Amino acid sequence: MRARTKVVTLFAVLLVALVVVSVVSAGAGQYGVPVSDVLRALTGQPLSDPYAEGALWAVRFPRVVMSLLVGAVLGVCGALMQGSFGNPLAEPGVVGVSSGAAVGACLSIVFGWTFLGAFTTPGAAFVAGLITTSAVYALSRSGGRTGTVSMILTGVAVNAVAMAAVALLMFVGDQAAREQIIFWQLGSVAGARWSYVWVIAPLVLVAALVSLAVARRLDLLALGDRQARHLGVDVERLRLVVVCVVAIGVSAAVSYAGIISFVGLVVPHLIRMVVGPGHRVLVPASLLGGAVLLAAADLLARTVVSYADLPIGMVTALVGGPFFFWLLRRTRTREGGWA
Amino acid sequence: MITAENVSVRLGNALLVDDVSVQLRTGEVLVLVGPNGAGKSTLLSALAGDVPLANGRVLLDETPVGEWRAVEAARRRAVLTQHNPVSFPFHTRAVVEMGRAPWRGMPEEDDDEAVITAVMADTGVDHLADRAYPTLSGGEQARVALARVLAQRTPVLMLDEPTAALDVRHQELVLKLAHRHARAGGGVLVVLHDLGLAAAHADRVAVLDKGRLVAVGPPAEVCTAELLSAVYRHPVEVFPHPRTGVPVVLPVRSREEEECS
Repeated sequence: MRARTKVVTLFAVLLVALVVVSVVSAGAGQYGVPVSDVLRALTGQPLSDPYAEGALWAVRFPRVVMSLLVGAVLGVCGALMQGSFGNPLAEPGVVGVSSGAAVGACLSIVFGWTFLGAFTTPGAAFVAGLITTSAVYALSRSGGRTGTVSMILTGVAVNAVAMAAVALLMFVGDQAAREQIIFWQLGSVAGARWSYVWVIAPLVLVAALVSLAVARRLDLLALGDRQARHLGVDVERLRLVVVCVVAIGVSAAVSYAGIISFVGLVVPHLIRMVVGPGHRVLVPASLLGGAVLLAAADLLARTVVSYADLPIGMVTALVGGPFFFWLLRRTRTREGGWA
Repeated sequence: MITAENVSVRLGNALLVDDVSVQLRTGEVLVLVGPNGAGKSTLLSALAGDVPLANGRVLLDETPVGEWRAVEAARRRAVLTQHNPVSFPFHTRAVVEMGRAPWRGMPEEDDDEAVITAVMADTGVDHLADRAYPTLSGGEQARVALARVLAQRTPVLMLDEPTAALDVRHQELVLKLAHRHARAGGGVLVVLHDLGLAAAHADRVAVLDKGRLVAVGPPAEVCTAELLSAVYRHPVEVFPHPRTGVPVVLPVRSREEEECS
């Protein structure tokens, strides 16, 4: 029963944090809007300051929603990857999603593609992310099966090639393109618009729903592929589903927000430290946790230095890295193992 | 329950299992013995449908093992592998509960709690229920893994060296559980290293050597000094236990200095 109380508390805390961070984040920034006005705007009441109302609906709200969506999908995909590989160090980048998407984004930037208008760079990143992930999956299969280790190593090789391609494109591109590539890679949810949000949201929703559906079977993969198969899990199909979800979800997230490392790695760890490794709780909690973490990181990125919008990927890594390390040390000394 | 017909397994150029035909019958404990590298674990993997066969076929309840859906097969036979690491710090009870996974959505799901409690008591791990699996000792982990396999409640059990990490008391306990399972109408295939255990607890013993099945039958017929000495390339003595008459198998033990003198 104590475990159940923990789970309920965790979800309550995450939901409250989600609301608080979102509201504060919507109000904060160069043009400050009081929390009471944010709440009025959310409930559809007119504000006395029309400029504030415009700023909230046109800039702040889509940005907050975008950070929630991107964070949620990164968190949940991190949990899926760690679960399906039975490896606490796996994260979506392992299967080449991020580096592949980077290649796509760089191509569109360097060659000035515009065939999809404002959606060209995200579109190219999305497609390239999918292609790269499929390549990793296809290359790592042998004899109809996909070994965990062979998949991770294939990912390393494919990542290396992708990063070489990015380097080449930066070399080929002009000054402006280089600058754009660097900022894309640093990651940001600045400039999010409703039109982007409507494209991302359904993809994130699909990824979230499928993740919740497979969560229970992921527990069995912790025993190893062979043991999971003997317990009736179609390991190959499950892993294919997971890879597809991760490819679609993370490609979508990365295509708009650039490379935001670390969220997918750290969120499931934090959740596991609180409520243990069961995926039925871990997957939905990672979804919420990722959303909260990225929204908070975005808030920090916009407010810590006035008149500067820091790259969000830098913020997550800079703040989260040492924190993560401290947590790992603590768990290792207490429980004698990775948590 | 399980029938292997002319099964061969090849890995690269090595023939690991060479034309083995053997049957696991209802109500018996069949023990597989043989020296290191004889192909015991590979044969068990082949019978479990884990490795592709170079030749022959394996039937699980009259149907080729590869034609069963994974979950259907998991309701008929449970497999305990030699090593059972768990990637994340699941609690012991949660690990045992994973054994109930094949029955999800079936009427048998209602028995989950009762089965889990029973198998944990049977394997003597009930006091470890709230411990994280990675913090257990090797022998404790082995018993939890066995509890997980028993929780599947399948007619066929395939156990690969279930006693390797266990103390004397728990070795006997495991084989007693195997016996009970067989007497209740199941079939148990066990790979063992300890010839004494094999001779004492098997209904039939199958001896493998270099991938070939060299003998199969009741321990009294198969466990002979000549056969075992030849297979293990070490002199082995067999004599009836003075009280029970069960064959006792002992390697001839000599110290190096005595041989030198």
